[in-house]
Amino acid sequence: MTDLTKLTVSAALDGMAAGDFSSRELTAAHITAMEASNVLNAFITKTPEVAVEAATASDARRAKGEAGLMDGIPIAMKDLFCTKGVQTTAASHILDGFTPKYESTVSGNLWAEGAVMLGKANLDEFAMGSSNETSFYGNVINPWRRTGDDHPMVPGGSSGGSASSVASFSAMAATGTDTGGSIRQPASFVGIVGMKPTYGRCSRWGVVAFASSLDQAGPMTRSVRDSAIMLEAMAGFDPKDSTSVDMPVPDFQSALSGDIRGLRIGIPKEYQLDGMNPEIQALWDQGIDWMKAAGAEIVNISLPNTKYALPAYYIIAPAEASSNLARYDGVRFGLRVEGEDLNDMYASTRAEGFGDEVKRRLLIGTYALSAGYYDAYYLKAQKVRTRIADDFKQAFQNIDAILTPTTPSAAFGFGEKSDDPLAMYLNDVFTVPASLAGLPGISVPAGLSADGLPLGLQVLAKPFDEETLFKVAGVLETAAEFTATPDDWWRG
Amino acid sequence: MSLDKATVAKVANLARIKVEEKDLDHLADELNNILGWIEQLGEVETDNVEPMTSVADMQMRWRADQVTDGGYADDVVANAPSGEDGFFSVPKVIE
Repeated sequence: MTDLTKLTVSAALDGMAAGDFSSRELTAAHITAMEASNVLNAFITKTPEVAVEAATASDARRAKGEAGLMDGIPIAMKDLFCTKGVQTTAASHILDGFTPKYESTVSGNLWAEGAVMLGKANLDEFAMGSSNETSFYGNVINPWRRTGDDHPMVPGGSSGGSASSVASFSAMAATGTDTGGSIRQPASFVGIVGMKPTYGRCSRWGVVAFASSLDQAGPMTRSVRDSAIMLEAMAGFDPKDSTSVDMPVPDFQSALSGDIRGLRIGIPKEYQLDGMNPEIQALWDQGIDWMKAAGAEIVNISLPNTKYALPAYYIIAPAEASSNLARYDGVRFGLRVEGEDLNDMYASTRAEGFGDEVKRRLLIGTYALSAGYYDAYYLKAQKVRTRIADDFKQAFQNIDAILTPTTPSAAFGFGEKSDDPLAMYLNDVFTVPASLAGLPGISVPAGLSADGLPLGLQVLAKPFDEETLFKVAGVLETAAEFTATPDDWWRG
Repeated sequence: MSLDKATVAKVANLARIKVEEKDLDHLADELNNILGWIEQLGEVETDNVEPMTSVADMQMRWRADQVTDGGYADDVVANAPSGEDGFFSVPKVIE
């Protein structure tokens, strides 16, 4: 029999529909692969028993002709989504032992469409990081390595466990969350498709909050079609999230026509950084050529405030985090470190429970919101955010989508950037602007670097125009013919 | 604007994170490095620009003011490090 772990979601759905194999078989193959890839540390909690039970139920549904959109597909759930009865950590010590009594809306939607949970995927602590080096549960390893070099590489972050599990064929797909690039950047680093929907498309209810005006859940998959299928299962209006948007969820797959003739694709000149890596520039040029060859019209555009997106983000996201993470006080859930009095108990619990990067951001955020500095930092950043969003609005009057690189470099080695927070933040230079504007974005694997690591191209579209996004991404995927996979050195 | 040790200690207290005296200098340097980089926002012209407070172009929804959920105190306190009889317990705050 063919290796079931190498199938796409869409091929596996077809295979189960045709009766070629069952969800139990498909799930068993992935449990074996997951157990054999422990060295990647992609999972914080594995739930093979839950998976087998769900797969059995899925097979029964399919036999009755009641299969859902993702029925029988084994996936990894980022450990930022609350899952009823299954420990949820956000990769932080401060949530020790937290087992939710409720299910997040997005994970609940996936289970309602028949998806099977293999386990909870590792991530940067509270999704704060771009390399998965801040998890309390240890680094996640990228299945890819440089050619002829066995130095371990970072998988990107914060959805690094999700990325690593999908790229290593342990999971068919995974959920991610993206605040400033946490789906798209790791997808690019491991050679898979990572998609952030428009802000408001997926409910944030039951997702551990980082920065509420930016956080958005999305799919991480090995094909654009899989991404479209999974988003349809995840998305939808939820009255429990006040920023969830009440509009119908389209059949995203039907947007994959392969026809982008006449579409206008914007190329923002401000994304050409000084001293840009020539490999990244070459990949971008190649992408532009693919778009032209497919009949799209290339339009040079300007997004003048691009350069200010990262510094604005590093005020807004920490400010929102400092407010959201106030709830971790040693009283209601997780870790408690006793102190001399109540205040000392709070401060001791938070000192021990949070890692260095989280503390750094909480201090920046607290400072930016404190009396006397609020106008200079937070209000200023929110105004700059308006200008960045206006840049996109203006550009989109004349174009249908934007094409850029996803990241300024390929994956890097552990420790190469972790001593310098600013160098780490620059990883998100191409992904943060669309996050601030709430736009949908997708990273598609498009080539390999000279030393054999995957590189992605990013497509951005108008708010709630995920259909154009998928259409352009599909054409990009077809043109790129990215079929490379990492050597499976990690299988024990 | 530059943070000194005393300001870092004050911010850490506001954030309820205990920071050892010996770590304050190092932390001040790190935070100043980040804040120094953020200073470039001053270059952006923002007079007469409204701060962005809503990402999606939408109106807040209204709903009837009715109790539609609740009644599971046991679930609410189930994850508390310390509690009894459906209450959270904390160190004594009033002598």
